Amino acid sequence: MRVSVITFPGSNCDHDAQEVFAQRGHSVKPVWHKDTDLGNPALVILPGGFSYGDYLRCGSIAKFSPIMAAVVRHAQAGGLLLGICNGFQILTEVGLLPGTLLMNRTLRFICQHQFIRVEKNDTPFTHGIALGTALDIPIAHKEGNYYIDAEGLKALQDEDGIVFRYCDRAGHVTPEANPNGSLDNIAGICNRQYNILGMMPHPERAASEAVVSQDGLQIIQALERYFGL
Amino acid sequence: MIKAKVHVFLKPSVLDPQGQTVTNSLHSLGYAKVVDTRISKYIELMFDSVDEQEVSAAVHSICDKLLANPNTEKYRFELEQVPST
Repeated sequence: MRVSVITFPGSNCDHDAQEVFAQRGHSVKPVWHKDTDLGNPALVILPGGFSYGDYLRCGSIAKFSPIMAAVVRHAQAGGLLLGICNGFQILTEVGLLPGTLLMNRTLRFICQHQFIRVEKNDTPFTHGIALGTALDIPIAHKEGNYYIDAEGLKALQDEDGIVFRYCDRAGHVTPEANPNGSLDNIAGICNRQYNILGMMPHPERAASEAVVSQDGLQIIQALERYFGL
Repeated sequence: MIKAKVHVFLKPSVLDPQGQTVTNSLHSLGYAKVVDTRISKYIELMFDSVDEQEVSAAVHSICDKLLANPNTEKYRFELEQVPST
């Protein structure tokens, strides 16, 4: 699988994302935000971090980076696009995914292990993972409180746009398991065509033997299954 | 020159946890009659122009494209003629 990982000024999970895909033998291309060519990848990743220092609103300046025109073209042509954390914030700012990531209910930066339940397994990113599986994937954000108006939330629910929900270890989606105040415990959503996924948890931080959880690997393996690799 | 004074604020339907925290803090300071606090952004833009119509159109465009997120925020602004320095 050819994977292009975009680096914005202030991205800090770009190398982790490159590493976990490279370790599994995929061809990884780092792409600087001022570039305009993605290099014909199967998957584009907008990584976590603090693009442009989170100035104004998280992700609001990154949407004007030169590479974003190519990213939008790639996604609109059906190419796979994964936004992690700040990448998710950028996707909502660009308008490729609905809603907004507001400041956490607690006003605190939260950095912790977090279980998320797989709610959809017919997306390329969750292909073949058993529905209801609770994945242990860390979160690290201050603006992860997913908000959308009532009409938009209903559309997401009706059209099966919610891919991951915050849950407890046993997979129960409860208010107590919601770390940041996200509506409907939303941790990750996709578009109607299922080729764009935005998620606040960091699968690239849970995909190596060196760390506590390897559950993030399941998302990479799902993509491999989707491509028949 | 024209100074545009832009206020970007959360829509009434959007929860403002910062505002809630400030309300709680004001209550503990004894300001029991404060029932709600909403935090917003104030942005000043200086334009090298004296044409208010032109500047107004530009400020609307700037707010729609960048300064405000239409999902959660609204904006309003006023213009002030200021002497060139």
